[in-house]
Amino acid sequence: MEPVCAIELRNITKRFGDVVANDRINLCLQRGEILSLLGENGSGKTTLMNMLSGIYYPDEGEILVGGKPVSITSPREAFHYGIGMIHQHYKLVDVFTAAENIVLGLDEGGKLDMKAINARVREICEKYGFDIDPSQKVYDMSVSQKQTVEIIKVLYRGADILILDEPTAVLTPQETDKLFAVMRNMRDDGKAIVIITHKLHEVMAISDKVAVLRKGQYIGTVNTSETSPQALTDMMVGHSVTLNIDRPHYEDPQPRLSVSGLSCFDDEGVKRLDDVSFTAMGGEILGIAGISGSGQRELLECIAGLHPIAQGTIMYTPEGKSPSDLVGKTPMQIRKAGVAMAFVPEDRLGMGLVGSMGMTGNMMLRSWRKGKSAFVNRKDPNELALQIWKDLEVVTPSTNFPVRRMSGGNVQKVLVGREIASAPSVLMTAYAVRGLDINTSYTIYHLLTEQKMKGVAVVYVGEDLDVLLELCDRILVLCGGKVSGIVDARTTTKEEVGLLMTRVGGKEAE
Amino acid sequence: MNHKKREPWIRLSKRDGMTSWKVWSIRIGSIFLALVLGGLVIAMTGVNPFKAYGTIISGSLGKASAIRQTVKIAIPLLGCALAIAPCFKMHFWNIGAEGQITAGAIAASYFALFWADRLPGPSLILVMGLVGAVAGGLWGLIPAFFKARWNTNETLFTLMMNYIVIGIVRWLQGGPWEGRAGSQIIPQFAPNACLPRVFGIHCGWIIVLVLVLLMHIYMTYTKHGYEIAVIGDSINTARYAGMNVGHVMMRTMFLSGAISGLVGFILVSGANGTLNDGVAGGVGFTAITVAWLSQLNAFGMVLISGMLAILEKGAETLQTRLAVPTSISDIITGILLFCMLGCEFFINFRMTFRARKAKKAAAETAADSDESPAKEAVES
Repeated sequence: MEPVCAIELRNITKRFGDVVANDRINLCLQRGEILSLLGENGSGKTTLMNMLSGIYYPDEGEILVGGKPVSITSPREAFHYGIGMIHQHYKLVDVFTAAENIVLGLDEGGKLDMKAINARVREICEKYGFDIDPSQKVYDMSVSQKQTVEIIKVLYRGADILILDEPTAVLTPQETDKLFAVMRNMRDDGKAIVIITHKLHEVMAISDKVAVLRKGQYIGTVNTSETSPQALTDMMVGHSVTLNIDRPHYEDPQPRLSVSGLSCFDDEGVKRLDDVSFTAMGGEILGIAGISGSGQRELLECIAGLHPIAQGTIMYTPEGKSPSDLVGKTPMQIRKAGVAMAFVPEDRLGMGLVGSMGMTGNMMLRSWRKGKSAFVNRKDPNELALQIWKDLEVVTPSTNFPVRRMSGGNVQKVLVGREIASAPSVLMTAYAVRGLDINTSYTIYHLLTEQKMKGVAVVYVGEDLDVLLELCDRILVLCGGKVSGIVDARTTTKEEVGLLMTRVGGKEAE
Repeated sequence: MNHKKREPWIRLSKRDGMTSWKVWSIRIGSIFLALVLGGLVIAMTGVNPFKAYGTIISGSLGKASAIRQTVKIAIPLLGCALAIAPCFKMHFWNIGAEGQITAGAIAASYFALFWADRLPGPSLILVMGLVGAVAGGLWGLIPAFFKARWNTNETLFTLMMNYIVIGIVRWLQGGPWEGRAGSQIIPQFAPNACLPRVFGIHCGWIIVLVLVLLMHIYMTYTKHGYEIAVIGDSINTARYAGMNVGHVMMRTMFLSGAISGLVGFILVSGANGTLNDGVAGGVGFTAITVAWLSQLNAFGMVLISGMLAILEKGAETLQTRLAVPTSISDIITGILLFCMLGCEFFINFRMTFRARKAKKAAAETAADSDESPAKEAVES
């Protein structure tokens, strides 16, 4: 007889409108076990876990905690059953200390005894190997420290079933190792842990069991020791895809965009870019790596003319023309000169797309000003929309269907497709594959490589180091707004890039 | 663990793609519901609601003269709603139409009072309309300039501007433009400063109907309309597309103010024949209701402004014939607004009630408190 599951899901189904986010999911997790929940984005991992933590309520099926059916209608109730979730986006009060955040919302009666709380926090830290000062203010903390606070927060509340939603997305490889060590300690203490991730090597490294979801369907659970990354990929995507990205050499790369000594500040006067210099070549994909918030967004915005520049020059050399400085030009002039940007923000819509409009309306963003007439030309944009609809297999009922209501992947296809369609000579993309499934990601990689082979200078800001290493020709690593290194993607290793990501002002840039 | 298994009483989830047939039946249903609720309110005053509604209809549409009165009420409402629409589309909350109307009315009145004998025939009317539009436009431009330059709050700014311009009218009324000394009244305009009548109503109705068409074309087919729509959705995207957001904001507000100013001109020249501090009379605010209810659709505004005018005119008749206070029409308008805006909620969200078997299970538990409905957005 199997021991009773710490938590068990039986035939859980959740629908959003016509979309079935989870279709009859079954899952069992025992104490002292780490389960990886694997699946592409949009496969329903987060939805499933949100039902465990009381944010959503399942349409069908039941949840059993310790063998007893329960009904979890709020996060508070989830805590009651010992379930704690660490979300992707932290929910901390910046001006409070770690300990204050940890006890926030707890009603223990009596007065707040910070001394006792600090002591208890320290006890938890020692037990599992966390490294944190309970009296440190959150605004002084690094991303990984904030994450630690979130984890302690749920442990403090006595959670013995922990759910971590993509905890490694914002961590450096070194920080990830530290997190994994802590997770192993928690497992050995008898906690049941679910980790959501789509990085295969992490799955292999940390978990005991892997449950795979695909498009809302439950595919199966396997023991990590009995599987391989290739087998897991097959389960995830349903059929075998090659993990190799084609990386042809372009014969004659020419300098296209030369950035030198670029610095900028944000609204609060914090320096976001510090003396950044590099050259993007036509016929090359220049990868930009870095922990999120290291200045990637500011760099692209400065080049696109959307962010005020404090210092530096951006020399742009179009094919067969003499160089000119982009600094001081308007976004429109820069775009007309042939510099395109496809930035996929976290909400996917904030910049570059108009959510309430359909594909056609969004295509018009690039062409609306064309011609002298006071009226907009809808015909050409509509044709372009139809073409992208077909070429990139965008799933939408019509070209007038609001993009806000499309799924994330389709929204990105619209965005990236439009930028490529403008035939730029510099194409900047940020997080172009954010949240895309593997197949669509590859479509995008191919499109970018195609552009590169046409002599376009492609700048690719990415999150996934594996992809950066396989797709790009060179990788520029940003750390705290500085260039910590520019490496050849063909010869470098993940460890090297990972180290550069954390080394503030370390090795000088070229 | 003493928590019992229970499912929330009601759950909400977002829904997509309702057929337009269903959407419209919900909307029409909501109007019907509003009428029923309004009927209950009327019944509370001791009057038969059917009779009351009948009176509202016959009082507002029963005779040619009644229809003329109703149309007269609808004209400024419609014109002003058209003025507000582009601002609201841009998510620029202009609640200063009242002031922009008044500014236009002052400028038009200046020419009506002091240039009537110097400008021949129709040219006086044309000049009045033109300066009315320009004055309203400039009055609207001020808050837009500050918003574009220093990102001031346009809602408060436009609202405060209303009181300034109404104060100016009061000063003119009691001072420089006062007719008979001590009367506090500005004299009636000369006949050539009044809008000609067509079918017995001043020709403002033709002006606003032309504006309906123009506004529809402007918002749907022009580059300006496109810019406004993009800015309303996302300022970042607009900047990215190379739009000069501040410039568009000022241009749109000038246009909006200009249309309001034109309405001001229509009011003094057509409806009142003079200027007083109550010239706008709340039209600038009621027009917000009209614009929202019609979802910024120019043709929808014709319907809604007509409907509100019928209610208002009908309520007057209701008072004279059945002694029902006119404030009843305000209540009905409020109920109508509530139902029509409320029904959008049901168009966007689906409600799932607790299944019956779950109910039975819940009944077994001693204490069963209803959960407050939590919105669940589609997770991408």
